Amino acid sequence: MARQVFVLVGTRKGAFVLESDAARRSWQLRGPFCETWPTNHVIADPLSGTLYAGGGNEWFGPAVWKSTDLGASWTHSSQGLAYEAGQAPVKAVWSLAAGADGTLYAGVEPAGLFRSTDGGESWSHVDGLQKHPSRPEWNPGGAGLILHSLVLDPSDPNKIWVGISAAGVFASEDGGATWEARNRGTRADFMPEGQNYPEFGQCVHCLVMAPGRRGRLYQQNHCGMYRSDDGGRSWESIEEGLPSSFGFPAAVHPHDPDGLYLIPLNGDIKGRFMPEGNAAVWRTRDAGASWQANRTGLPQGGAYFNVLRQAMATDTLEPAGVYFGSNAGGLYASADEGASWDCVAPHLPTITSVETLVLER
Amino acid sequence: MDEAGEKMEAARPAPVLVRLPAHLVVLFPGADRLVPLHAASVAEMVEGLDALWPGMRERICDETPAIRRHINVFVDGRRARLATPLTPGADVFVITAISGG
Repeated sequence: MARQVFVLVGTRKGAFVLESDAARRSWQLRGPFCETWPTNHVIADPLSGTLYAGGGNEWFGPAVWKSTDLGASWTHSSQGLAYEAGQAPVKAVWSLAAGADGTLYAGVEPAGLFRSTDGGESWSHVDGLQKHPSRPEWNPGGAGLILHSLVLDPSDPNKIWVGISAAGVFASEDGGATWEARNRGTRADFMPEGQNYPEFGQCVHCLVMAPGRRGRLYQQNHCGMYRSDDGGRSWESIEEGLPSSFGFPAAVHPHDPDGLYLIPLNGDIKGRFMPEGNAAVWRTRDAGASWQANRTGLPQGGAYFNVLRQAMATDTLEPAGVYFGSNAGGLYASADEGASWDCVAPHLPTITSVETLVLER
Repeated sequence: MDEAGEKMEAARPAPVLVRLPAHLVVLFPGADRLVPLHAASVAEMVEGLDALWPGMRERICDETPAIRRHINVFVDGRRARLATPLTPGADVFVITAISGG
């Protein structure tokens, strides 16, 4: 049986799909899909192979697109993807996640969570999140008040973590009925002195779960990089050894809970691009105790791009592939765990998300 | 159609004529750019479109409920809201704003 690898790319002008074999040396690019709608996140349900793309169009509002033929054809729906009448309307879908039980979740702007149990045909509001007592005090980050990170426990469908900018990390252990803030140990440098470790209000940028080690999460925050070993109840800084404390995406190694990839930028008030114009993906193999820069094949000098919060991913092959896409439209791929890189699609629209799918066919 | 049916059809007011933008129509396979509909208000017109092509309501309206911010509906040349009444034979244009792209 041959393995096919798909890289799913969300962009400001639609979704794209790249395809290769297990060697991952050459890639075929297809797209743009989704009628060139701004697409914030494209994922695959690994069980069914169905692709889902979430986005929002300034004219036509939010929608989740669906393809059951690996991108050849798409349908869309937003049935139920709305707040109650009179609320600020849902502007766009920002993040998608497929649970092990087939449930699909969508995080939206303004921040909220929706669930579909019929493969994205219809949606219902998980309104427990809106009932958290901190809700009236949530403030939008630079990209709006967005629910951009969605983490589902692979073995317990009742456990959900979300990242909201700039409200912080919240978790539910009862399928979304009740939530608690989980930000202890993460900084809010933008708050007045003495108020830098609030219960909520942190500007989380990306939240991911490590494979094979219960309770381990990593996050890239506006103010630092962190690891949690207790499901987010407490966080420890892992930024020492990195060129800055600022960046957007984080991607876990698919097989090693101590493996993490980050792309630190030069700083939040210095342009938010690659430090000194030299692109690097930083890797830890020891859960953040030490870091190595990977630059081979990446542009050195003149690389004034950034990488957005959902725009880095790994695949599940051995050795693992690592992928990221830039705001300047370059998609970079590594087939050797990040050691060396190729630009496999140099001129896409601004890349908002990168995810992968591996199929045995 | 029998004679009674013909009389009823003749008595029914003329439909409004709705013109839809290409990039809305493309989202709904089989949808037409030019749609004759019986509707007494813009809200009823949107319901009629949604009945023909399920999901079209959500593309034109948000949950306020209101016509989406970057979509304009013109009735006989005047900008309309959901509550705007439609007279038989009215010309309705659904137009996407240039600001939306």
